[in-house]
Formats: sequence, C-alpha cells, structure tokens
Amino acid sequence: MNDESLLLKGNEAIARAAIRCGCDGYFGYPITPQSEVLETLAELRPWETTGMVVVQAESEVAAINMIYGGGGTGKRVMTSSSSIGIALMQETISYMAGAEIPGLIVNVQRGGPGLGTIQPSQADYFQATRGGGNGDYCVPVLAPASVQEMADFVDLGFELAFRYRNPVMILSDGVIGQMMEKVVLPPQKPRRTDEQIARECPWAANGLGHGKRPCNVLTSVELDPVVMEQRNLHLQRKYAEISTNEVRCEEVLCADADYIIVAFGSAARISHKAVEEARRKGIRAGLFRPVTLWPFPEKEIRRLAESAKGMLVVEMNAGQMVLDVRLAAENRVPVTHFGRQGGIVPSPDEILDALRQLQF
Amino acid sequence: MTREDIIKPENLVCTRPELLNGTQMHYCPGCSHGVVHKLVAEIIGEMGLAGRCIGVSPVGCAVFAYRYIDIDWQEAAHGRAPAVATACKRLWPDRLVFTYQGDGDMACIGTAETLHALNRGENITLIFINNAIYGMTGGQMAPTTLVGQKTATCPYGRDPEIHGWPLNITELAAKLEGTAYVTRQSVHNVAAIRRAKRALRHAFENSMAGKGSNLVEIVSTCPSGWKLSPIKANEWLEEHMLAYYKPGDLKDR
Repeated sequence: MNDESLLLKGNEAIARAAIRCGCDGYFGYPITPQSEVLETLAELRPWETTGMVVVQAESEVAAINMIYGGGGTGKRVMTSSSSIGIALMQETISYMAGAEIPGLIVNVQRGGPGLGTIQPSQADYFQATRGGGNGDYCVPVLAPASVQEMADFVDLGFELAFRYRNPVMILSDGVIGQMMEKVVLPPQKPRRTDEQIARECPWAANGLGHGKRPCNVLTSVELDPVVMEQRNLHLQRKYAEISTNEVRCEEVLCADADYIIVAFGSAARISHKAVEEARRKGIRAGLFRPVTLWPFPEKEIRRLAESAKGMLVVEMNAGQMVLDVRLAAENRVPVTHFGRQGGIVPSPDEILDALRQLQF
Repeated sequence: MTREDIIKPENLVCTRPELLNGTQMHYCPGCSHGVVHKLVAEIIGEMGLAGRCIGVSPVGCAVFAYRYIDIDWQEAAHGRAPAVATACKRLWPDRLVFTYQGDGDMACIGTAETLHALNRGENITLIFINNAIYGMTGGQMAPTTLVGQKTATCPYGRDPEIHGWPLNITELAAKLEGTAYVTRQSVHNVAAIRRAKRALRHAFENSMAGKGSNLVEIVSTCPSGWKLSPIKANEWLEEHMLAYYKPGDLKDR
C-alpha cells in the first residue's frame, strides 16, 4: 500500500492513519460524534493484516487505562472519545504524565457542559491545555483543521508521545470528525518489532526485566517530598523543552494585515473564509492558526501584535483561547472574542461582522 | 557441632525466593501480604518467567508491591489494574500478566474493570487480597466488610440497612463465561499456604496456556485494621472470615 487518495470522514481518517502508521493497539468506547473511529477499525480488521489490537472497552475509564498499560510496555497505543468521555479519562492522563507513559488521545469535541449536545464545539480548550487532571503537568495538544490533518497528526502524535514519553492529545471537533474530504493516506509503516521496542524504549515495563536489563517500574507515586519535588522539576524541564521545540502554527495573509483573526480547528477554516471576504471588501485581514494549543505560539502572536491594529479570537466556546492570546499579546493590541456555543457553528458573515466591530 | 556446620546448602529447608529482593517490607506484622508476595515470587521463579512477566500493582497497601519482587511492574490507578493488564497481555501475548489488588480496589472502585476483564476472558490472573477493610487509609469499611464488623466508617458495626451487604465478587466471577479458574484461598497456616501456592500456580499456568481469566482470592488478615494481634487476627479470620468467605475452588474449567 502506497500513498492513497480517499474520500473520508475525519473519524475514518484517524482510524486508517492509525493502521498506516504502525499503531499497535486501539482501545475505545463508543460516543457520538466519534464512534466511526472504532467502527472503521472493526470493519478493517487490522489484527489480520498489521497485527494491530482493537478492543472495545467497558468505559472510557477502562480505555484510557488500557492506553496506560499498553503505552507502558512501549507499544504505540491510542484511544479516541468526545468531551464527556475525555473528562472521564483525566485521572489516568495525569497518571500517564506522572509515570511518563506515551500514548495518543483523540478528542472529537461536542458541546457541554454535562451531557450537552452531540453537535460540534471547542469548549474543551481549557480541559486540554490546562491539564484536566490533578497535579502540575502538560500534554501537547494538536488541533487539526482538515481531514488531512486528522490523518497526519496520528503519526506526529505518536512521534511526540515517544520522543518526550508523555501523553499527546489531538483536539478535534464534531465538524472535522464528521465532514468528508479528500485525504492522502501515508504509506504503510510496519509496526515496530519487540526487539526495536526493547532498543528504543529501554524504560518500558514489558516483561523483559530480570537478567536482560534492570527491572522497569512505571509509577507516579512517591511518598518522599524531596524526591517528589525532583520528579516534578524533571517534568517541568521536559515541558520547557517541548515549549521550545514543538510550537506549530499557520499564518494566512498575516504579513500586511491590520486585523488578525486567531482561531484553531474548524473555527479557523470558517475564519479563513471570513478573511477572504474581508480582503474583497478592502479590509486587510489575516488568519493566525495555532496548530499546537499547548505549547501555545506565544512568540508568534506577540510579534503579530507589534504591527496589527486588532485581534479577533474566534472560537466555538464562550472564550477560552482568547485568554492565551491576550497573555501573549501583552496589551499591545486590542483583543476581542467572538464565539458561538452549544453546538452552533459560526458563519463567515458573523465573523466578518465581529471583525468590522473590531475596526471601530 | 558449630554454627558453620549447620549452615550448609544441604541443610537448607527454606530460603528467600530469588525474585524477592530483600527490601524491608512496609507491611504490618501478621499481615497476609508478605506471605502472598513470597508465593508469587516463588512461583514466577519456579516457572522460569521472571524475564517474561508484567505485574500490575494497585492503589492500597500493595501499591508498593513493585519494590519487593524483581520483575517489571506498572502501578495502576485505583481499581484500574485489570484494564492495564488487559492491554499488556493483548499486546504481549507470551507474557505472564497478573494484577495484585485489595478489596477496595477490586470489589469497589474497580468492579467494572474487574468483571469486564474477567468476562472478556483475558488471559491474565487477578490476585485478590480480601481482608474486609481499607488498610492503607486507616481501617475504613470495605465492600467485603462482614455484617456486624466494626470499622472507622461503620464504628457500630456494618448494618446492611445502612451500608448494604458484603459484596462477594468471587462468586460473581465464577458465573462469568470468560473465567477459567476462580478460587478462594487463605494463608493463615502452613496447610493453607501450600494450597494457596498450588492455586496461584494453576492460575498462572492457565494464563500462559490461554485458557481464559483467573481469579485467586486470598482471604487475608489485617491485624492493624482489625485492631488485633497477629495471632488473634488469624483466629478471627478462621472464625469469621472463612465462615462467610468459604475457601475452595469455585470454578476450574
């Protein structure tokens, strides 16, 4: 199987990309609007081709603990869910960060709070970027804005997770999960052999201990506060390294822009349309799209804030990323917010109106 | 005869298993954990699986089990060890994968993970230390606390009207299609220890042979939690615990 162009839903792209990038196991629990990930895998039966394990867990709680266990053995394992299910997983995401266990978590967001709605939303920005679980920890967050990026970020997510021994999240939403686009799938990568895993993950607790190497123990518990502080400091140094190396973003027509829309994921796609419309009407608008939500592209926003006259943050929530944009802009420029909530997707016209208000 | 004459390999009747690394245990005197740890270490060594074994430790007194037995370990969140073990075994089918859990971990917060892992027939062994009390947090009521038994959170004794009934998760497990071997043992005397060792070994052999899931309950003492001396705790176990949690195999497929 080589590069292959297909028309796929975002959720289907995630599933197919997982197989293509040599994922060892998927563990998940159905929830709208992302159930196609598990359905597609069940349909494709990768256990008969690449040997990838697929398990429908009894809950999101069990699924994320399967990721803990599988990632802890050095295997490339992933789960996917939507907002409420991701909320249930937070305890073990914190455990994974503490025990430095790699793994990939996909959140195809829906509206909240509570059971909320099955319609798209971006209201889990805080949950994803601030650590929904307990303790001081960070999780790299990738925000795809197309079905192609849904596919591409699976392999990238695994690369980051293993490079830094940390859980990584893809923060998508019901729009990207459900919409169909042309996707070029990556060529089939073989799953790593046990020998490769032993070599590349000398820390993994996969039973190769005793004799072949010192026994490996993965844990987040430590009762001695002096040792625990050192562990925390080690994690913070790692997060600083990630912040330096892994910021990703996209700029569209920002070079000469007076007004910059900052948006991620599906809100960025709609904002792109609004920027094109604004340009036609003679407003010099640009789009800045953070691709990593943590680490956040602070320097890039600060630079743009030097020359722009205003920034509009467009999100499908009540105003979450806008706080990070304001922090980064350091009062150099007015930063306003336009958001729709509860499953409503904003239209380009609405965004253009909000942009016009920023002008005055 | 001098001391040196006596200490010779041929006179050795009992020794610390190789996998038990000699770290001083944090368990209280008279607690069953130490004995069960020794059995687990012995069996893994005897089966030659030390370099092919993943243990999953719980939250509770045995959270630090990984300090004492020299194999690879993962420390799971409270109640989630069977889910962690599921992934380990599915991804590494030739490994011996077992969990080691207490009653709060297995029969309360982790009931869903326990029953579903067993019912899926995962080729793993769950070791269930049932001492009818929460040891690590200081003696609170467990799902397996006996009716009338006093704990810090039922100081007047467990009353089914208020606290519900003791949960017999081992009986439930025996009813599940996915379980191969379900047994209840204890380690309060030498005969019981020998039986428990045979049961644990049988469960580990089943796991390696892919026969399905295995649950080995060890009815255990908690002298500190029960506020009894080690000897009195053993007597109380025999009189009260084994009367309700009857020892023996519940299922051997």
